[in-house]
Amino acid sequence: MDAIIEVKDLVKKYGDLTAVKGISFAIERGEIFGFLGPNGAGKTTTINILCTLLGPTSGSAILDGYDVVKDRESVRESIGLVFQDPSLDDRLTARENLEFHAYAYRVPKEERDQRIHEVLEMVELLDREKNRVETFSGGMKRRLEIARGLLHYPKVLFLDEPTIGLDPQTRNSIWEYIHELKKQHDITIFLTTHYMDEAENCGRIAIIDYGEIIALDTPEELKSQVGGDVVTITTEDDVEAERVLVDDFKVEMIQDRECLCFEVESGESFIPRFIRDFPVSINSISLHRPTLDDVFLKLTGHAIRPEGADELAAMRAFARGWRGPIRR
Amino acid sequence: MEQEVSQQIRSDELSKRLVKLGIGIYITWLRDVKRFFRDRIRLVGAFGQPLIYLALLGTGMQAAFTSFGSGDTKYVTFMFPGIVCMTVLFTAMFSAISIIWDREFGFLKEMLVAPIPRSSLAIGKVFGGGTTALLQGFILLLFMPLVGIPYNLEKIAMMMVVMFLLAVSLTSFGVAFAARMRSMEAFPIIMNFILLPMFFLSGALFPLQNLPGWMEVLTKINPMTYAVDAMRGVALKGISITSTASISLPEVPAGLAANPEFLSWISQAKAALPQAPQLQVQYYPLWLDLVVVIGFGVFLMLMAIWQFNRQD
Repeated sequence: MDAIIEVKDLVKKYGDLTAVKGISFAIERGEIFGFLGPNGAGKTTTINILCTLLGPTSGSAILDGYDVVKDRESVRESIGLVFQDPSLDDRLTARENLEFHAYAYRVPKEERDQRIHEVLEMVELLDREKNRVETFSGGMKRRLEIARGLLHYPKVLFLDEPTIGLDPQTRNSIWEYIHELKKQHDITIFLTTHYMDEAENCGRIAIIDYGEIIALDTPEELKSQVGGDVVTITTEDDVEAERVLVDDFKVEMIQDRECLCFEVESGESFIPRFIRDFPVSINSISLHRPTLDDVFLKLTGHAIRPEGADELAAMRAFARGWRGPIRR
Repeated sequence: MEQEVSQQIRSDELSKRLVKLGIGIYITWLRDVKRFFRDRIRLVGAFGQPLIYLALLGTGMQAAFTSFGSGDTKYVTFMFPGIVCMTVLFTAMFSAISIIWDREFGFLKEMLVAPIPRSSLAIGKVFGGGTTALLQGFILLLFMPLVGIPYNLEKIAMMMVVMFLLAVSLTSFGVAFAARMRSMEAFPIIMNFILLPMFFLSGALFPLQNLPGWMEVLTKINPMTYAVDAMRGVALKGISITSTASISLPEVPAGLAANPEFLSWISQAKAALPQAPQLQVQYYPLWLDLVVVIGFGVFLMLMAIWQFNRQD
């Protein structure tokens, strides 16, 4: 395996709080790798360590052969970043933001204009290049940031919650770009998300919760771990129905839910046969195929918590408390 | 042979680092200057503030000086170099403080993660602030004749030099502070407890004469004092701001000129005459002023670089 990122026993503590609890993983060259987990799970902290913005408390991380602690500038040259929070200068125009970046990453002078043109075209902002960023919508800003992250042809592109707060249409078009990018430039993409449906776009996913990786595989493999399709029925006589299901159909009931639920291998072929043969009259029937939500629920015992405390907000609150004496 | 190769690699490494440093300084500086010209409100504000000081405070104080007897003292002229320093102080501080805005609006991350040395960001910021403060100060110089200082190329050049040194020093001071600040909430505190005392104790508005002991000590440790001193010395060179009129005694008659008793008497009489307090233009030699300002600047620039380097 040709790993472009190798992380070993990475730990990050903020005082008493351990945000990342000794994670290890490797990412192959050219893959789309996703970190899936709720806010506050340690995703952004991990990205910040990998892109040299934070030093780890212990453990190591190697990116394209460079150590993220010892070789910070070489790492920085190899990566492109799209942060969770906007990081554009909105008093400057789109083009000026890109120019700043092109200088900073030493894009050769003769290629500068052509590359800026190329990335702006890709994110369909060519007609806005001379407008100040403060006039842009959220989606446009995000697209511009992606364009900027690619300007220096990074080996790895980090996308921290690339579609957070965007409308579904923009989200889709951003995903189209990401797939296109991978095809065109053969770059490795490392992204974090707490949207389950978005994680499906990844080649492999690491599910992270409370600073630990609890599963790492392709979306299909993860889903198959949860088991087959779940059929939910309501009937005229639930007690009788349950007896028939267990005795005659040999299914195992899922106990912790209020309805009659059970798992089958293949829902589509089971249902017609089931309706034909089932003796109790059925009021409704529904089929649920496993999603990453189910995987997450099964692995962690709780649903993903999108409304939970934002990791960054928690860090800020922490930093504030710590710096209290200066201000008060 | 091998040694030559390794030396070659080392010098390549060094020149690469220098190029990166230069690029970092250039783009950080360029961005600040671009933003300065775009921020119309700030331009108007920074331009209006010194004019308000000169027109309102200057006129009011002049009237007070006149009615309390020191009629010939040209207060506005005295005050002008101080106001130039004030403009530099506020512009430099504001541009340093913009680091906190950059942090809040995220652009600082883009800068911190770029493959350029952190020190180049600090230096670029310092020169960016220095340049904008210099531009602001330069606009003020247009009003020189209005306060009784005629245009003079050498004078303007010297004032620009002092302004630039002060601007770079003060921006370093601001950057060293702002690098560790996480929010704008602390800004009013810096404003009230650092900027204003520095300004008031610098001698920009009043002469540093006949002050109580504790205040004199404070003015002596305030680096701004030396900048204002230098600025005033340079700007008011050859310009008199206090009346030279004093009580003149009649010529000593020839017959008494050789009489030692009379001479001792007359010198006693002279010493007893009421002296009009003289407004001093410059308290320290220019070289000392410049050494203090440059020393302060270099020290704080190193602090700023250090603060930037250890930032996460």
